[in-house]
Amino acid sequence: MKHTRAFLAAAAVIGVLAAASACGSSAPAASSAGQPSKTPITLMFGSSGPAETKAVNAAAAAFTRQSGIKVNVVAASNLTQQLAQGFAAGHPPDVFYLDPGSFQNYAKDNALYPYAQTLPNAKDFYPALRAAFTYKGKFICDPKDASTLALYINTADWQQAGLTSADVPTNWSQLAAVAKKLTTHGRVGLVLDQSHSELDEFLYQNGGTVVGGNGQVDLDSTQNVAALSFLKTMLKAGTLKFPPALSSGWSGQAFGENKAAMDIVGNWMVGALQSDYPTIRYQVATIPAGPTGTAATLSFTNCWGVARSSGNVAGAVDFVKFLTTPQQQMAFSKAFGVIPSLATLQNQWQSTFPELAVHTKELTYAHPDIALPNDAQALSAFDSALAQLATGNPATILKNAQTNLAPLASQAG
Amino acid sequence: MATRQLALPARRRAPDTSGARRGHRARRREAAAGWLFTAPAVVALIVFLVVPIIMAAWVSVSDWSGIGSPFSAGVHAVGTANYAALLTQPGLPQQDLGMSIRDNLYYVLLVVPLQTALALLLAVVVSRKALRGRGFFRTAFYFPSVTSSVAVSMIFLFLFADSGVVNGALGFLGVHGPQWFTDPNGLLHMIARGAGIRPPAVLTGHGLLGLSWWDWLAGPSVAMVTLIILAIWTTSGTFMLLFLPALYNISEEVEEAAIVDGAGPWTRFRRITLPLIRPALFLVLTLGLIGTWQVFDQVFLITQGNPAGTTLTPAYLAYQVSFGSQQWGQGAAIAFILFGIIVIFTVLQRLVLRERGSVTQARGRGM
Repeated sequence: MKHTRAFLAAAAVIGVLAAASACGSSAPAASSAGQPSKTPITLMFGSSGPAETKAVNAAAAAFTRQSGIKVNVVAASNLTQQLAQGFAAGHPPDVFYLDPGSFQNYAKDNALYPYAQTLPNAKDFYPALRAAFTYKGKFICDPKDASTLALYINTADWQQAGLTSADVPTNWSQLAAVAKKLTTHGRVGLVLDQSHSELDEFLYQNGGTVVGGNGQVDLDSTQNVAALSFLKTMLKAGTLKFPPALSSGWSGQAFGENKAAMDIVGNWMVGALQSDYPTIRYQVATIPAGPTGTAATLSFTNCWGVARSSGNVAGAVDFVKFLTTPQQQMAFSKAFGVIPSLATLQNQWQSTFPELAVHTKELTYAHPDIALPNDAQALSAFDSALAQLATGNPATILKNAQTNLAPLASQAG
Repeated sequence: MATRQLALPARRRAPDTSGARRGHRARRREAAAGWLFTAPAVVALIVFLVVPIIMAAWVSVSDWSGIGSPFSAGVHAVGTANYAALLTQPGLPQQDLGMSIRDNLYYVLLVVPLQTALALLLAVVVSRKALRGRGFFRTAFYFPSVTSSVAVSMIFLFLFADSGVVNGALGFLGVHGPQWFTDPNGLLHMIARGAGIRPPAVLTGHGLLGLSWWDWLAGPSVAMVTLIILAIWTTSGTFMLLFLPALYNISEEVEEAAIVDGAGPWTRFRRITLPLIRPALFLVLTLGLIGTWQVFDQVFLITQGNPAGTTLTPAYLAYQVSFGSQQWGQGAAIAFILFGIIVIFTVLQRLVLRERGSVTQARGRGM
């Protein structure tokens, strides 16, 4: 009796395990892009807001009309997590937004279908963006769009402080000086998000690097320590604050609620100000250069990832081709303010959005935001430390980040 | 009706069968029926509990990268490498684990006694026959427990914002409130600093899991204190409900006998009430201990482990390492280390609360 019971239980466990593993591996094996079938495809994306959701849905509908391939559009609430769940279950979405950090993970595991290299427009993308999605010398997926950090100035505060267009800061000392002038009771001169993605440009501006040309992490240089020390001085003087100190979730909120007069932030700010704070009058200025005149900013991008295990690889690639056409990129730009990833569109874009031309001009000297395989934990520790910069030791912060990030760089492609 | 037709005849017949063989067969039939009726639950347990645990155990000793099934051919066993990275090798994984255990330990040490005491106090107050509108208070105290933790977390975000209600009230009293969610200073460190104690080299020079002993002694950070307040506020109502029936079960004769013997209210509570509700107390402490070691939603929603890693908990760290860093093996290993911690604490608590004396023992069995 006892034996039977144990045997039954064991058999059940083995049966379920087998079923579970079969489920996992039953996804169609990698296929080369042959003739596109009419199998429906799924697009998963993380939306910045209703404007982007609407634009992406419209693009998918247009593609379905043209090709006859149905597209299920899934707006993920937590893209990284939902993507991971899809890949773990063996059924990832066919096409998806992919950030450079996750790109490194999935490219390392050979889970992405490398379509970008072979497409005729491969050379039309900005080199910095192409580099972000190149793994071991192979250009894998098409950059979706681009963003850079620039200086946003509240023009009402600016005039109130008696400043003119001649006072727009072009270097650190001018930035510190105007921040001081703009700081009043209840309003800070400059707000910055307390994350490496919004602070690392100061390291580059001071002649330092985050990831050097040789692919090695080089965070704890004396230039970088000096750059963080400059920010620490501003924090201590009260002319720079991080959003939590202003009861804000992010710097854009502090700027929109006029708790800060200046913000160094990416072009996603435009859409946020339009929808949440339409009354704010502002000006976008080129990001100030470092003490020695080094101009630098950070660039951000996502790519259109295609899963190797997709049931309709050819259809998915066709969809990406459709999404990266000049017309479609301009449509996305108009809808939610992103810079097209095609360098060939630069002139057209700048004449359509003269007020945002600053963001594209900066692309020539932009450094991609750091992205290494399995970097989330290390970057989160770095951000935690940066948030405590006002009381922390810049040298220690950088040394710890260097220790944590350096080993990851050796696995990067 | 159905029960009587199905179950009772078999049971009734079993004792009066004379032959051993017939009895054996009847028992077998009963067992088969039993398995049949429990099958749905057993299958659900295997599919949703046993299999995932086995898979997680395998992932924790493998190099699974998160693509496809963990049992597919490309996944290799790596022995104890994932555990070693967390427990023995100096580095970020070890340090984060150390911090998460420290933060969660202070959370448990404060939440469990305080929520149990508050729940007991509420239960005693609500069970008073003299109290008018008992139903109203019972519902009011229970309300936070049935509210979604997301909603409660959002409300606390507003309450404890820098210019929020709490700091407004403190300001009214002339106290300058802290920046609740961004202050990483530990309470014990703050007290030490106030008393002029400088960190002794003996504590800063040595440590465990990548943290110096001085860091271990930091105490809960200001940010963690808000999470502790939130937890006590939300769960006390639930545990009050567990105490209430135990309190109602104490017969009035016992109370009256104690009064006749000249026992005051405090003595009655300590000598009569507490021993008689010991099983409920044991249950509340066990559930509290397990629940507090698994805290995740508040951290995920409010602080994401910040500021400076002082609200990191093993459950949140396992999520971050798995889904964020895609280090699935290490994430699963953290989950099993957390499992070990919970087992150790529950066993310790059983030892501490072990029943002593024959009277309470009999009572305890009766419950």
